Amino acid sequence: MNVMPSLYTRRRIINATGLAISMLAMAFGLFWLCWILWTLLEHGLHALTPLVFAQMTPPPGSGGGLLNAIAGSLAMTLVGTLIGTPIGILAGTYLAEFGQRGWLAPVTRFINDVLLSAPSIVIGLFVYEVYVIRVKHFSGWAGALALSIIVIPIVIRTTENMLRLVPTTLREAAAALGAPQWKIINFITLRAARAGIITGVMLAIARISGETAPLLFTALNNQFWSSNMDQPMANLPVVIFQFAMSPYEDWQKLAWAGALLITLSVLTLNILARVLFRQKAASH
Amino acid sequence: MPTFLREASLKRHTVLDLLFRNLTRVSAFGVLMLLVAIIASLIVGSMPAIRAFGFGFLTSSEWDPVNDQFGALIPIVGTLVTSAIALLIAIPVSFGIAIFLTELSPRILRRPLGVAIELLAGIPSIIYGMWGLFIFAPLFAERIEPWLSAHIGTMPYIGPLFSGPPMGIGVLTAGIILAIMVIPFIASVMRDVFEVVPTLLKESAYGLGATTWEVMWKVVLPYTKVGVAGGIMLGLGRALGETMAVTFVIGNSHELSKSLLMPGNSIASALANEFTEAYGGVYTSALIELGLILFFITFVVLSLARYMLFKLGQREGQVT
Repeated sequence: MNVMPSLYTRRRIINATGLAISMLAMAFGLFWLCWILWTLLEHGLHALTPLVFAQMTPPPGSGGGLLNAIAGSLAMTLVGTLIGTPIGILAGTYLAEFGQRGWLAPVTRFINDVLLSAPSIVIGLFVYEVYVIRVKHFSGWAGALALSIIVIPIVIRTTENMLRLVPTTLREAAAALGAPQWKIINFITLRAARAGIITGVMLAIARISGETAPLLFTALNNQFWSSNMDQPMANLPVVIFQFAMSPYEDWQKLAWAGALLITLSVLTLNILARVLFRQKAASH
Repeated sequence: MPTFLREASLKRHTVLDLLFRNLTRVSAFGVLMLLVAIIASLIVGSMPAIRAFGFGFLTSSEWDPVNDQFGALIPIVGTLVTSAIALLIAIPVSFGIAIFLTELSPRILRRPLGVAIELLAGIPSIIYGMWGLFIFAPLFAERIEPWLSAHIGTMPYIGPLFSGPPMGIGVLTAGIILAIMVIPFIASVMRDVFEVVPTLLKESAYGLGATTWEVMWKVVLPYTKVGVAGGIMLGLGRALGETMAVTFVIGNSHELSKSLLMPGNSIASALANEFTEAYGGVYTSALIELGLILFFITFVVLSLARYMLFKLGQREGQVT
């Protein structure tokens, strides 16, 4: 009976070590989050003056702000979302409501999952190839197009998942009252899944507002105010990229301000989407 | 309602049903077409380079825009090596986080901590890049790299990997930053698949006297191994295609170096740096071919990931 206690002790030691390491891993993950956020606040807060929102991006060596970049980012994000959301919702509806039979739904679902994590820089290349080369110049429209291609898979995914959560009895009840299918889907199931779908769209907006790679070859950048979407357009991520890589200190400072701005809005959107969805889910 | 009116309304609804159904079908079909269009446009765009270099493009390490000689070996190696480093670090850490979140964490903390890890995935990649360049790389060069080259750099076999001047930017730095970026993806998939393990199974193991670690290692992990592998592949897919974070810290040098501390290049960062400045048909086309290669690699990896996660889901369906 001598072996029993030692075996038991060994198992307990392994257990304690394993669990301690997993706690360390958790701390490791949180550590980076805190460090990055802390750095952003430290460098970004004092760079974030009201001038940032009032002036255009400056040439090196003079003061300025990020107004044109902020406006350009907002415009392209808005247009990208407006193009991507309806397509995404329609396709997601097909997958959830009509996709029981046939080959199209499973294949689309699979392709969509791949597109969901496809490298965004390739999307930029694609839009460059099919749009920018045709019109022969970089433009805000091209940027918005690239962003919409990133939005579509995210919205499809959440729409399908949310529609699947709607109980079938709801559909059957509507059908029993004589409602045609298009009415059932538009007025019953999509409406019941609304909160979830809005969450998905918010997450998609959060994702594209920080995307840099697809904008490099499509919207490019613009040092001046531009309200013409058919021209190269300033946007926060590309400005941050350019300014951060530059040797000029005032440019780098503006890059920190922009970085803080983007991160705060993306994280706020992320948290908001979760809170909103949770409240809705709880009330059902 | 008179019969003819009812029939008219029925007919109208049938037409609307058909219209709506086909509208959604066309949208779904559009997604397929999108993929076909992406692949087709990349192939068309890279035709000049394919014609000029053939398969030699994949094995040549030359990158000479002046003489129009291009080879993809260095970016491909850089992409694979940075992703491998990232996975090497991210897999154990993600496993630990997933264990913590499913088994150890107090119930109240479980959700906020899970959200915090997911927020790590929400931070835009350009922020990681900036932070890596300005904060992490200098610190790494000052504190860690000298230690690495002094201690590990002198060892046989793996020594050359860690020798060289401490510059901060380089393949290893890029790999570490990629690791931080993919940890949340892998960890959240692992947590999700760990949660589908039937409680009955775990409680039986606990009932037989197994420790928490033994339950995780010998019951939960074997049960979910396909899903865990799927999550890892998903993280790999992310790491391969990541652009901005890598571009900031990898150093963008088209030279093949044995040491991980030296600057290198990855496909995505070569594209980000050079594409808008590329002049001449072959140069642009060579870069597009790089994009094609990247898309191909990630497509295969992500397909495998989805297949594995699908397998797990299927088995789960059979068990219950």
